[in-house]
Amino acid sequence: MANEQFEPRIVGFLCRWCSYTGADLAGTSRMQYPANLAAIRVMCSGRVDPTFVVKALKDGADGVLIAGCHPGDCHYSEGNYKAMRRYPMLLNLLDQFGIECGRVRLEWISASEGERFAEVVTEFTEQLKALGPLNWQESISALCTGT
Amino acid sequence: MAKPKVAFYWCASCGGCEETIVDLAEDILKVVEAVDIVLWPVALDFKLKDVKAWKPGEVAVAFINGAVRLSEQEEWVKLLREKCSLVVAFGSCAHLGGIPGLANATTRDEIIANKYLRAPTVNNPEGTVPQEKSKVNGFELELPNFWKDVKALDEVIDVDYYLPGCPPPFETVATAVNAILENKLPPKGSVIAPEKALCETCPRNESKPDDLTITSFKRLATSTPDPEKCFLADGFLCMGPATRGGCGERCINGNMPCRGCFGPTPDVLDAGLKMLSAVASRGAADTEQASQDFADSLVDPLGTLYRFSLPVSMLRRRLVPTGDNQ
Repeated sequence: MANEQFEPRIVGFLCRWCSYTGADLAGTSRMQYPANLAAIRVMCSGRVDPTFVVKALKDGADGVLIAGCHPGDCHYSEGNYKAMRRYPMLLNLLDQFGIECGRVRLEWISASEGERFAEVVTEFTEQLKALGPLNWQESISALCTGT
Repeated sequence: MAKPKVAFYWCASCGGCEETIVDLAEDILKVVEAVDIVLWPVALDFKLKDVKAWKPGEVAVAFINGAVRLSEQEEWVKLLREKCSLVVAFGSCAHLGGIPGLANATTRDEIIANKYLRAPTVNNPEGTVPQEKSKVNGFELELPNFWKDVKALDEVIDVDYYLPGCPPPFETVATAVNAILENKLPPKGSVIAPEKALCETCPRNESKPDDLTITSFKRLATSTPDPEKCFLADGFLCMGPATRGGCGERCINGNMPCRGCFGPTPDVLDAGLKMLSAVASRGAADTEQASQDFADSLVDPLGTLYRFSLPVSMLRRRLVPTGDNQ
């Protein structure tokens, strides 16, 4: 059930070479997109340890975006392939933990794709609004305590 | 001088940790020469009132195995904490939650329904399930509370040392007992095992290629590992890179990949995620579809990556009740 008032909190791990620059372009071009994403600049999408994603979800994020260079364009030649291989395995794992796969998204956004960045953030925000809040801490403590 | 007193206790466990002590056979006599065993439910008869009669700190050390899930286990371990100078979490279940901790992948209601109502061998037309209080022939009977969640020992009481393993090899037990007897104790909170990963001492380390690549994961049920080759190079998920060494490579020598019972090396926040990160990035896949197929070849990532450590993992348990698909 979509909640009109709910504003999802999104943590975005953006690769320094492509996607963060793409986000910058979206900003300098004055493109409109929701303000729900907190961007964290990383050197490479391959640097995004699944631990970062899980920690974000656990500590209050409703969704996590990982964005890097298109396959073939990685500054470090194959870091984004590592991200690509980890992503489906992480989703399979999160599914077993009862966390919907729609909460984590992997996108390839180049430095020239400001528009694509704005689109992705808009779509992802809508998707998370439809999913509703994750509230991991509260949900888990309800499942762990009491008799 | 009086011999130091030692207590053994068990919570949610299989009895395998007790087996480590029993496996000493006649060498147990040497242990008894050095210490007095004052509590050992698997072998000797003691009651709660006997333990309550001890003076606080009277017993030198309690070795407690098993995860904690019952209010009765909580009562016992809190009592032992009060009466014993040192508490050692003995074995994977006390240390990390262990195999009983995998119950955190489901819910208490599901467990009770499967065990008492749905199992094909159960004939229970009245749908009787265990109750904390019940009346039989006018007597009120009590059962311990079955918690919603499985906990590692240090989530319930303060723990001084950890002896990892499923079960801990006796050599590490001997190291710990000697350290206590000689008062050469490591810093509180230490895991008494090497800090390096199992791969460091693995007899198959030489066969691990420099550029390890995994095309897809094989399952032990349908394939047999090569007896010489690095398990990961052979396509079997081996937890060696993310697990402490010191176990004596018992599984490896039995041609079984490491399952992670010694727990993570220090400074790892979440061993399962680190392992996922490591093996997934070594996949041979170079398209999104191939990555998906590669991921799907690892059946049951939760049960494989957190076989012994689900309750102490970052996500600790399944978030929503499992669907009723019976």
